[in-house]
Amino acid sequence: MHGTPRPADAPHAGPSAAPLISLRGVTKRFATRSGDEVLALKEVTLDIPPDQFVTLVGPSGCGKSTLLKLVGGIAAPSDGEVRLDGRRLDRPSRDVGMVFQRPVLLPWRSVLDNILFPIQMLGWPKAEYLDETHRLIELVGLRGFEKALPKELSGGMQQRVSICRALIYNPRLLLMDEPFGALDAMTREDMSIEVMRIWTERRKTVVFVTHSINEAVLLADRVIVMTARPGRVVLDIPVDLPRPRSLATEFLPRFREHAETIRRAIYAERRKTP
Amino acid sequence: MRKITGMSLARLESLQAGAAILALVLLWEILCATLKIQPWLLPPPSRIIRDTWEIRAVLPMHFLATLWAVVGGFFMAIAAGVPLAVAVVYSPLLRRIIYPLLLMLQSVPKVAIAPLMLIWVGYGMVSNMIIAATVAFFPIVINTATGLEAVDPELLDLTSSLDAAKIDIFLRVRLPWALPYLFSGLKVAVTLALIGAVVAEFIGADKGLGYLVLTSSSNMKTSIMFGMLVLLSAMGILCFYAVELAERLLCPWYLPAPTDAGP
Repeated sequence: MHGTPRPADAPHAGPSAAPLISLRGVTKRFATRSGDEVLALKEVTLDIPPDQFVTLVGPSGCGKSTLLKLVGGIAAPSDGEVRLDGRRLDRPSRDVGMVFQRPVLLPWRSVLDNILFPIQMLGWPKAEYLDETHRLIELVGLRGFEKALPKELSGGMQQRVSICRALIYNPRLLLMDEPFGALDAMTREDMSIEVMRIWTERRKTVVFVTHSINEAVLLADRVIVMTARPGRVVLDIPVDLPRPRSLATEFLPRFREHAETIRRAIYAERRKTP
Repeated sequence: MRKITGMSLARLESLQAGAAILALVLLWEILCATLKIQPWLLPPPSRIIRDTWEIRAVLPMHFLATLWAVVGGFFMAIAAGVPLAVAVVYSPLLRRIIYPLLLMLQSVPKVAIAPLMLIWVGYGMVSNMIIAATVAFFPIVINTATGLEAVDPELLDLTSSLDAAKIDIFLRVRLPWALPYLFSGLKVAVTLALIGAVVAEFIGADKGLGYLVLTSSSNMKTSIMFGMLVLLSAMGILCFYAVELAERLLCPWYLPAPTDAGP
């Protein structure tokens, strides 16, 4: 059992817990330039309860990013429906924060103004969020860099800024699309620890896309494995590793078992489709 | 330590360039004297300086006339080009209509349009400005449109996930994003505007450096022609650096950090 009692133990919670995100038979088709149709997602049905940390693993082209866009409300499903907190998502929701593979900061804005960017776009009063901005900067260890421009920061620091930018308006759901994909291996491990720490302090529902099986197991309450063409869910397992976790968690036998299960699911699918 | 050697290297390089130019001018002077070249064919630098100095009283008026045509035409081109680029980026219909027209306009030699401007607008400063503007216009439209479309798609995903207003996205994301692109277009455009202004003065004007080039040519005052060419190139350099200064002030984030040692 988990060492810390918290609502994120949700994979063990009964079906009575109302999901924050609910996907019902979600299918997404794209038309390519040549007029062919690509089936990016096929009949995905999925419930994610509040405060759960879910990682999505799978090969390139398995529709992970498409799934995030649907949940973020910036793309609409071709079939099926996406619900956020019971409401059908037909437009972007301010309850969603996004972090991308690259930090995509505004190069002309300081760290502080980059974090405040969503507040400005939402038309909320900036002054009321200054304190929160400073708390977030403190939380990710960027104190002293408030006035710095993105080009003066390392890749890891820039990504921390983009995490703050996603947290500033306090969305209930955080969507992270391979957020450490562009970082070197060591920075990547630091950032995993960092994200777990942030998640402990600011409880959120997180959907985190990654290529790394280890990262997926280390971070998650629950790992969802997807396969490509068409993108669909082939494995959905809870991760019952104790928290708080550290890089040492990766040496636990249970961790290895989870990683092995996920690896098998990915490779079994790959053998089927040459 | 490295920085100091870098700076002295840059100084050494500019000294080398300066010395080379000076040597060429000296060689020119010596060749003209020893080969007894007729001054109407190729005047020596000393003669160019002397003759140009003699007409110094009228020079500021002519210099300013050309400069106004350049600056006026340049700003006209911005005023027309930037909104057009915005229209092209935001409306697929306008893009389909405007791009082929632009291409046709661009393929017409501007020098050939200039006499038409004289018929339509008449002689004078406004006409010169318009001719300068038509020459400078194209790179401004193309670069601004490119810049507005170069915005990172993930940044646009972010703004749409926030359900941001179109005007906010334009003013706070697209436009600043396009600024460095706009400026690289402006650097080309200002040089073209100078060409346009001189062409306009060739065709019909009663003042300006281009006008002086033309009249001194017909009077066989070759030394004055050379003097005006020097002044025109000085004006070109001045305008170019003015645009670069504006770029430094308006988009400092775009310039490389001072630690980056560039070639």
